[in-house]
Amino acid sequence: MPTAAIAVSALSKRYARVTALDAVDLTVAPGEFFGLLGPNGAGKTTLISIVAGLTRASSGRVRVMGYDVVDDFRAARHSLGVVPQELVFDPFFTVREMLRIQSGYFGLAHNDAWIDEVMANLDLTDKADVNMRALSGGMKRRVLVAQALVHRPPVIVLDEPTAGVDVELRQGLWQFMARLNRDGHTIVLTTHYLEEAQQMCGRIAMLKGGRVVALERTRDLLHRISGVQVSMRLHGPLPDALRARIIEESSERIVLRLAHARDVGAALEACRSQGTDVQDLEVGAADLEDVFLQVMSDASARSVA
Amino acid sequence: MSAAAALPARGRGAPAAAAWIGFRTLLYKETLRFWKVSFQTIAAPVLTGVLYLLVFGHVLDSRVEPFAGVAYSAFLIPGLVMMSVLQNSFANSSSSLIQSKIMGNLVFLLLPPLSAAQFFWAYVLASMLRGLVVGAGVFVVTVWFAPPPLAAPLWIPVFALAGSAFLSVLGLIAGIVSDKFDQLAAFQNFLILPATFLSGVFYSVHGLPAFWQAFSHANPFFYMIDGFRYGFFAQSDVSPWLSLLVVMCALGLAATVALQMLRRGYKLRS
Repeated sequence: MPTAAIAVSALSKRYARVTALDAVDLTVAPGEFFGLLGPNGAGKTTLISIVAGLTRASSGRVRVMGYDVVDDFRAARHSLGVVPQELVFDPFFTVREMLRIQSGYFGLAHNDAWIDEVMANLDLTDKADVNMRALSGGMKRRVLVAQALVHRPPVIVLDEPTAGVDVELRQGLWQFMARLNRDGHTIVLTTHYLEEAQQMCGRIAMLKGGRVVALERTRDLLHRISGVQVSMRLHGPLPDALRARIIEESSERIVLRLAHARDVGAALEACRSQGTDVQDLEVGAADLEDVFLQVMSDASARSVA
Repeated sequence: MSAAAALPARGRGAPAAAAWIGFRTLLYKETLRFWKVSFQTIAAPVLTGVLYLLVFGHVLDSRVEPFAGVAYSAFLIPGLVMMSVLQNSFANSSSSLIQSKIMGNLVFLLLPPLSAAQFFWAYVLASMLRGLVVGAGVFVVTVWFAPPPLAAPLWIPVFALAGSAFLSVLGLIAGIVSDKFDQLAAFQNFLILPATFLSGVFYSVHGLPAFWQAFSHANPFFYMIDGFRYGFFAQSDVSPWLSLLVVMCALGLAATVALQMLRRGYKLRS
């Protein structure tokens, strides 16, 4: 078995009053595009901070590319590029100065060719000599991504990289990440945009209250919610037999969840037989948001029980 | 974009060379930081030093003769130079660190593989450099008013270096401990400022009542100023060797504390 890109074992982080992480086990294989999801306060950022060496674990251990993040911190940090969640910057320097300095911290004195390439890929080239203070939020975010890549880390961690970022940058960023992933980089991201996670991540871990409550391939997670969603615009009342299936209802549309695709025909037949006219119909599979909500509510139910 | 497979799998180059580049880069960044705002970090404190000389020198020149045959202004100049060295060394490391903490960009230093020693030396040397540049500036501008002799010149760089190192380290500790600007200001106003003013910058402690003399002798700043001044006049309140011993002990203690804090990530890594 190849060395895991990130191996988290029995990791706990306790603060005075709260347990941010509770015996988390997690392995990210090399080359994966991995999503870390969960509500605010689930422990995502704490987990990432421990992987990055910014926070010390209370117990358990983390390895990046086989290197312990405490005992072998130099090698572990060389293997890791982290894009922090906060939009931080150093107001004293230009973009190029910042990237050169960041390269130097990793022991790279002559890194301009790579810096130019990273800047070109992030559309930063014409901002190279602009002071960080003068950049827009989106541009600062790109510089953070560039800073995380200066030392060509095999593992890249992005903590909410698209929070407050415009659509264009978001798409550009994902294309770039997809390319890095194709080139062999392991990518781990946390995001609030479940659509992004569904689209990008091959595997997903869901955290709640510091525990991993789901850890599966995205495909399998989506299959957890079996059946189809049917969104209809009706002229007339919905047959009583179908009322139990409603998951969303407005004056315009009614959304039902049916166990199988073949049940759609029966539902339409039931409408027709009582004289209700189906004016519009959309059939779709469950998305990650449904799964997320279900997993989170199951986790709450379990923790109550 | 090149493939991750192109990465050297284990380490890159000799670790010692990489560590040296990391240290050099942080030193460069810390130096560039104050140099980019040198009007505020160098010119302003030089002006302050000159103002002290003009005001105190003018008022006291005819009334006070701290050492036999030494005019007050000539006595004051080394004191002001050393005070500027000390205050600016402290200001540099402490304000750089607290700014990085508050801006959040300290994370750029915490993510790379920099060791506690690399961090320590880069911050301390950059701060010493600023202190010494300001001190040299104050000297160059004030020396024309009342040139002091250079009676034992080797002591001058010794105390300038030791004193600036001590205050750079204290600044590092203050920056690590403080979470907010006002906490740092408290360090500056309630510790550094009184200690410099009560150290004999403006007077010879021989002229003080016995209690305050004893008080001054408990202040490491007194030894830095006294030893530094010895280099100019070959006269001092205590032996320069004793002063050097006290300053080196204080420096050693502070450096141990600072390095330990950095190693543990105290207030830097949660």
